[in-house]
Amino acid sequence: MRDFSYLRANSIDAARQAAALPGAMLLAGGTTLIDLAKCGVTEPETVVDITHLRGLDTIAVDDRGAMIGALARMSSVADHADIKSRFPAVSEALWQAASAQLRNMATFGGNLMQRTRCPYFRDPANFPACNKRSPGSGCSAIGGVTRGHAVLGTSEACIATYPGDLATALVAFDAIVHLGDRQVAVDDFFLLPGATPDREHAIGPGEVITAISIPASAAARRSTYLKVRDRQSYEFAAASAAVGIEFEADGRTIRDLRVALGGVATRPWRARAVEDALKGKVLEPDAVRRASLLAIEGAADHGANHYKIELAPRVVARAILKVGETA
Amino acid sequence: MTVHETRTRHGDSKRGDASDGAVLAESVGGRLSRVDGPAKITGAAKYAVEQQLDGLSHAVLVESTIAAGRVRSIDTAAAESAPGVLLVLTPDNVLRLNTATDWLGTPPPDAPYCPLARDITFSGQHVAAVVAERFEQAVAAAALVKVSYDETPAIVDLDDPKAGDGIPIDTMTKEWGDAQAAFASAPVRICAAYNTPREYQTPMEPHGLIAQWQGDRLTVWEPSQWLDGMARTYAEWFGVPFENVRLVSPYIGGGFGSKAFAYGYSAVAAIAAKMLGRPVKLAVTRPQTFTAYGGRAATRQTVALGADAEGRIQSIVHRGVNETSVDGMWVEPLGSVTSIMYATPNFSSRQNVVRVNTVVPGALRAPGENPSAFGIESAIDELAYEAGIDPLEIRLRNYAEQDPEAKKPWSTRQLREAFAAGAEAFGWSKRNPQPRSMRDGNQLIGWGVAAGTYPVRRAYGEAMVRILADGSVEVESSSIDMGQGTYTILAQTAAEVVGVPAENVVVKLGDSRYPRAGVTGGSRLAGVMTGAVHKAASAALDQLVGLAISDPNSPFHALQANTLVVANGHIRSPRGDGPEVSIAELLGSVGREQIEAMGDTMPANSTADDRYKNYTTIATALSHTEGDYSRHSWCAHFIEVRVDEDFGTVRVSRVVSALDSGRLYNPKLAESQWKGGIIMGIGQALLEEGIVDRRHGRIVNNNLADYLIATNADIPDIEVISVGIPDLHSSVLGGKGVGELGIVGVAPAIANAVFHATGKRVRDLPITLEKLI
Ligand SMILES: Cc1cc2nc3c(=O)[nH]c(=O)nc-3n(C[C@H](O)[C@H](O)[C@H](O)COP(=O)(O)OP(=O)(O)OC[C@H]3O[C@@H](n4cnc5c(N)ncnc54)[C@H](O)[C@@H]3O)c2cc1C
Ligand code: SF4
Repeated sequence: MRDFSYLRANSIDAARQAAALPGAMLLAGGTTLIDLAKCGVTEPETVVDITHLRGLDTIAVDDRGAMIGALARMSSVADHADIKSRFPAVSEALWQAASAQLRNMATFGGNLMQRTRCPYFRDPANFPACNKRSPGSGCSAIGGVTRGHAVLGTSEACIATYPGDLATALVAFDAIVHLGDRQVAVDDFFLLPGATPDREHAIGPGEVITAISIPASAAARRSTYLKVRDRQSYEFAAASAAVGIEFEADGRTIRDLRVALGGVATRPWRARAVEDALKGKVLEPDAVRRASLLAIEGAADHGANHYKIELAPRVVARAILKVGETA
Repeated sequence: MTVHETRTRHGDSKRGDASDGAVLAESVGGRLSRVDGPAKITGAAKYAVEQQLDGLSHAVLVESTIAAGRVRSIDTAAAESAPGVLLVLTPDNVLRLNTATDWLGTPPPDAPYCPLARDITFSGQHVAAVVAERFEQAVAAAALVKVSYDETPAIVDLDDPKAGDGIPIDTMTKEWGDAQAAFASAPVRICAAYNTPREYQTPMEPHGLIAQWQGDRLTVWEPSQWLDGMARTYAEWFGVPFENVRLVSPYIGGGFGSKAFAYGYSAVAAIAAKMLGRPVKLAVTRPQTFTAYGGRAATRQTVALGADAEGRIQSIVHRGVNETSVDGMWVEPLGSVTSIMYATPNFSSRQNVVRVNTVVPGALRAPGENPSAFGIESAIDELAYEAGIDPLEIRLRNYAEQDPEAKKPWSTRQLREAFAAGAEAFGWSKRNPQPRSMRDGNQLIGWGVAAGTYPVRRAYGEAMVRILADGSVEVESSSIDMGQGTYTILAQTAAEVVGVPAENVVVKLGDSRYPRAGVTGGSRLAGVMTGAVHKAASAALDQLVGLAISDPNSPFHALQANTLVVANGHIRSPRGDGPEVSIAELLGSVGREQIEAMGDTMPANSTADDRYKNYTTIATALSHTEGDYSRHSWCAHFIEVRVDEDFGTVRVSRVVSALDSGRLYNPKLAESQWKGGIIMGIGQALLEEGIVDRRHGRIVNNNLADYLIATNADIPDIEVISVGIPDLHSSVLGGKGVGELGIVGVAPAIANAVFHATGKRVRDLPITLEKLI
């Protein structure tokens, strides 16, 4: 970690101005930023601390939806009674992420901006080639240890998995990222790597995430987040699914379905093909399993991550059946 | 405190607890809580690199980024001119040290030792170091050191085609009967290959040290499982007398085998301190702990078992391979459990060691026995299914009534009792042997059993016991407490012998100025040190009683007694006549400041050289089969797993283990150690694996987010049952090893349970989900 100057922002505008300077980075909970600085991946010249800004940590929930300030802690949102009742998948995605200590530090806005766990990305001293870190340098992961890498949305330039849980739930329920007045759908906020894996988010220099809103929906109310991993806690997903269902009045026919996958793609992955295949159908295990296979349409593995192609549809199917069967 | 109070306060005395049910918590065999606990949970305990020293500077290592080749050049210009930098060490300017005697006592070659490498044999090798005023400055400057290499192809692991068959280790060969022929003609046979990956000790406290020179005297604050061994290494490196080196290590945040030696980075810090003439701190980073010293070597075994139709083993043919480094030798004894667990008329075990480009592997909880048990205890389960016999029954049918290898009786072997107690508590008799016969929704449930063992390693120890003017007792030893409970059991031992409450005993450990101690490894410390303290405390008590009887100023002088009783800090005559005075009062009246007694368990005719060897090498350690008996701890694990049939995820849902560690000096602490071993075994079975990038020969998951060890959520309630009986052939007070036993056999019990749950036999650890979906 190299020396940097520290600047405490006392207004959002000041934060925007400071963040626009070359080499400046915002500091929220610091659990990604400090970690990557220690790895030598981020080398900020100026750290702009936004944690003292007032009013950015509110959590407001009403019949239209939830509005969550960028500085709300992961643990506060996970434990919020209205989030639990109206957006169970969001609460579950949060409390299954990271560890209790990290969740107490980490913020909602910072969470969206977390970086990949690709081991090559995190070790510049040993692996100089990484297109995400230094564009055009190549990709050390391809041909290397790929057990955790993505099978969906990859490119020749980068196969790094988007590791987060929360954003997976957010894309399922059409959340919106508020950058001050500018609003971006979460689904558009995360970019595919393509030829420019260094560009991960639709956010410009000097922009600050101020809040995330999630529109209320029946599907969000009846939702779950299922995270599968070798270790029971404190591990990123081998595969995960955020699922919400709204039934017709008969209680069996699917009116609305939301499915998103985590841990298997280069960005939070909405599985609209699965949704479309089941909407209007009666919830039935075989049909669900068949439709869930559509989640991995176009998937390509790099050897050791092949299991994700097997695993992901099973996780989707289990999650759909789980929310579908609960009264 | 009455007996009743003690028992309610310290709670649950476990079924089968071999210690006398009525012992006071404070006596040997009592459930006294850790005396160092409060200091640790309040933060008062100061660990090595937390020492605050004036003028402290900070060293940061630069490591090789290739696995094989040679350093062409090191450009230090930018680092040297970076702010705060005091010194940049490279192979060119680093002090040359002498090579030191190794832990086995092998005399060193007459060649210099350089802890910074020019010839690179593994990725992560130390090539340079930067010392600066502040830690951050050293980190920043270390990143400016530019190393260029001439790279050569590396042998990355055991599967590398260049690795070859390796070097046969003849001392590992064990043969009797005609194993190949007997296997060929056996009616029931299995033969399978079992692999374990690189595994790491991952102690909570990473390694590091502070080194300070005053003239030709060196003080080192460093977490250590072996102060005297490490002090000898430093002394020999720098060519100063052993007495000139002081190692300080009162608290150690876990070692698991990794903190017994001074390593290359230790030398770097001590050299920097000498060259700069000021104290230097070097804290090894978590990623560096994966290459600054070795974890458990990756292993490969094939086990062939031939049996008659009733499942009685006729032959065991075992072949093992472990990796070692290019220029160091580590033998992980893979046939150690194979040769003693079951009776067999024909046996053959051989082992090769393969050189690969890795740091030299090292000891990790039960080196040898742990992977060995994974092989034989998985294989016997396979044999049980092949022969159609219950896995527990086949183990009893092949029970070794004596040591099959040494052909000597066991000192004690409560393994049959362990099987019985464990099976009863677990409910094994209700098991349907059919794989996939139990489920709960999507969860397939399986039950597995496996046995474990660890030899009783013995050595001699010494200790100082003082009875002080205020009536308290002080124990001193340069042995250590890395969490296993040395402070506590030595207080209990001294308290019981002298006759004072344990809270009046102060135990001082972890300073090489105290009486010497050998390595805390191989589960030997408790047996060795309780013996030494017992002896020293008895001598101190004799002096106390002698004074009380014979000193003209003693209140007992007139009594003309032959002996006196000391209990609860008070002295009286056995018949109860005469006075009762406190130890402090007696010492006051006879005008003594203190009584002190050194005790050791060395043979009487030992020379100074014998003693030095005993404490600084393992050359004098007594074989576990020396004399008339074969001495081992034993255990049986019964484990239930739940495997998600769609996801392949395995969760351990129940563990019952019955263990024979002989007499327990403190059952509460022994149970904690057993459980700790079982927890590590769960991680080993399901999670732990150093993953090598095979193009670069580098471990890529070198941090605790990616190298997975078990979390609380992975661990169910664990029931441990003591079935041991005092074993006086093993130690002075009757205990056998505790620390390493618990892990041995856990991984095969889990693999066997996974087979029972799923019908899939996983022979490669860890059992991750992709192996089951
Ligand atoms: C060991 C470990 C395990 C983890 N496991 C999981 C897991 O299982 N699942 C999971 O989802 N996550 C996991 N995480 C990631 C964790 O959730 C993120 O580190 C955390 O959410 C980041 O939030 P923060 O507030 O600490 O961000 P910071 O570290 O402060 O910031 C992260 C990035 O976002 C930028 N930033 C911060 N706030 C804003 C803002 N308001 N507007 C614009 N940019 C901003 C910063 O400049 C920085 O680049 C893990 C992290 C660690 C270290
Ligand atoms: S996968 Fe992406 S992040 Fe990983 S090394 Fe390749 S380019 Fe870098």
